[in-house]
Amino acid sequence: MTVTEQRATFDSRQAFAEELISLAREDERIVAVCNDSVGSSNLVAFRKEFPDRLVNVGIAEQDLVGVAAGLANAGRIPFVCAAAPFLTGRALEQIKADVAYSEAHVVLCGQSPGMAYGELGPTHHSIEDLSWVRAIAGLDVIVPADPVQTRAAVRWAAASGRPSYLRVPRFKVPVVTPGDAPFEPGRAVLLQDGDDVTVIAIGSLTSRALEAAARLRADGVSVRVLNMPFLAPMDEDAVITAARETRGIVTAEEATTSGGLGAAVASVVATRHPSPMRILGVPRVFAPTGDTAFLLDHFGLSADGIVAAVRDLLGHG
Amino acid sequence: MLPADPTRSAAYREISQRIRESRPEDAVPELERISAEVRQSIVRMIDRAQLGHIGGDLSVTDILVACFYGVLALDPERPRWEGRDRFVLSKGHCAAALYSTLAHCGFFHTGELDTFMAPLSALNGHPNKIKVPGVETNTGALGHGFPVATGCALGAKLDGATWRTVVVLGDGELQEGSNWEAAMTASHYGLSSLTVVIDRNRLQQGARTEETKTLEPLGDKWRSFGWEVREVDGHDHLALLKALERSTTGRPVAVIANTIKGKGVSFMEDRVEWHHKVPSSEQVVAALAELAR
Ligand SMILES: Cc1ncc(C[n+]2csc(CCOP(=O)(O)OP(=O)(O)O)c2C)c(N)n1
Repeated sequence: MTVTEQRATFDSRQAFAEELISLAREDERIVAVCNDSVGSSNLVAFRKEFPDRLVNVGIAEQDLVGVAAGLANAGRIPFVCAAAPFLTGRALEQIKADVAYSEAHVVLCGQSPGMAYGELGPTHHSIEDLSWVRAIAGLDVIVPADPVQTRAAVRWAAASGRPSYLRVPRFKVPVVTPGDAPFEPGRAVLLQDGDDVTVIAIGSLTSRALEAAARLRADGVSVRVLNMPFLAPMDEDAVITAARETRGIVTAEEATTSGGLGAAVASVVATRHPSPMRILGVPRVFAPTGDTAFLLDHFGLSADGIVAAVRDLLGHG
Repeated sequence: MLPADPTRSAAYREISQRIRESRPEDAVPELERISAEVRQSIVRMIDRAQLGHIGGDLSVTDILVACFYGVLALDPERPRWEGRDRFVLSKGHCAAALYSTLAHCGFFHTGELDTFMAPLSALNGHPNKIKVPGVETNTGALGHGFPVATGCALGAKLDGATWRTVVVLGDGELQEGSNWEAAMTASHYGLSSLTVVIDRNRLQQGARTEETKTLEPLGDKWRSFGWEVREVDGHDHLALLKALERSTTGRPVAVIANTIKGKGVSFMEDRVEWHHKVPSSEQVVAALAELAR
């Protein structure tokens, strides 16, 4: 991590694109597959260096994922780069049958997820993707919080030999994870210890969770902040420990509350160690028009929203 | 849903009736004047929002104006009137062009256009049928409008109704397989009241269509799927009006409208980067000046 990476805020797509290129230099099996998305997936430099290893199937997401599964069958390691809503929604059955069920080593890279395309509306919001892919057997689901985790995720997915869904964040965030943080399936990252309440956050909400924790600390509330780069398989032990050691759990994600991180944590908590919870995400509505920051605030996905949820859970009103 | 503008919709009724009653060649100057106004409004909307898909908006404008003013039976004050013709913009990223046209016809007040993509506006970046009168189905994910339009035409046929359905597709959009599924459905059911217009500007988001994934021979593809094909200059209102006439062969009609992305603004024409680039303030002034000529 460079000094600038520590301070500045980042659109992780650049880190993703750079890491993919360095990986492609080391391993000629790596190919990028896209859907008229060379620019929006930051693949211009990749195409320049590896013109033959960039496959553009045009605006055709079902074809995109099917072709990638075939490339994997032929010994390649395809990184499928497409806008998250269309990659997951449009090609969900290909993801299930051709990739996961067939155990094809394909890395599905959902670009610009969550509310990244705020003004473009619900067709372009990718808030259901986590619920959809989490329901598919055998698919690892990785939700990086910052450029450091994004780079680690690219490396990990390429080496895993397994199908995965990698959500590439666009919302600009500072670096929140230390370079030596664990990065493996089923391992949470403890970002801050605390014993009143645990906030479990993923992706773009991670830095907001840290901000909320800092504010609460100033008021004497001790918050544990856990980050889950792997939504599947998830670190169930860390969840159970948090349920046991703190008075409740707040989850925060840039996704719908019907089925992502909140639901995953809740099912562990409810069945293994009942504990009060608050689940922050986008409720089951189609969002109004507005840019990313407006919509995140609108749905309470801000440091303020997290502070309020923690206080509510503690009965502070 | 946004309320209609009664003054504009009265004017729309009058102008469109005049256009339909005159010889098509005599209607052309009026249609060209409207297209120029719609194009200027698109540039202003994108300037204000600092977002949008200007290239495809400017390429599809003449098609929209020919449809709304010269072809479709619509009443802006009764947008859900049962006997209306159905119009679907499948290339929903060109919402600015559709909104400008709808406002011009009086479906809602032109002042609303200033809110394009602003927080809580009805005018989202892609058309929303719940909020915006004149929108028949929500589009934005490519490859959806045509199957829905096919269902509209099938419904009309089941009812023995005479209203027709027109759907506008991007040429890049044709790479989505759902379109070819609908093409088979429509010809199988003999949906002669269905017209597809392809905005053939030969560019998509990142490159030329033929560089990305070959579409040619496009007319032959449609013919082999059982369609009547008409190919026209998509900026020639006279040719568009003729091409949009009802089918007489019992088959659905595909109009391949050859267009220029960024049409009317010299520095945007046929340049891929203007798919969704936002013009600088100097460029806005220059574009508006060219379009006012
Ligand atoms: C299913 C889906 N995939 C990708 C996109 C992203 N996208 C928006 S516009 C566009 C290019 C469309 O090209 P074309 O249909 O030729 O439209 P035009 O050139 O007329 O603007 C793409 C890829 C999308 N909106 N929907």
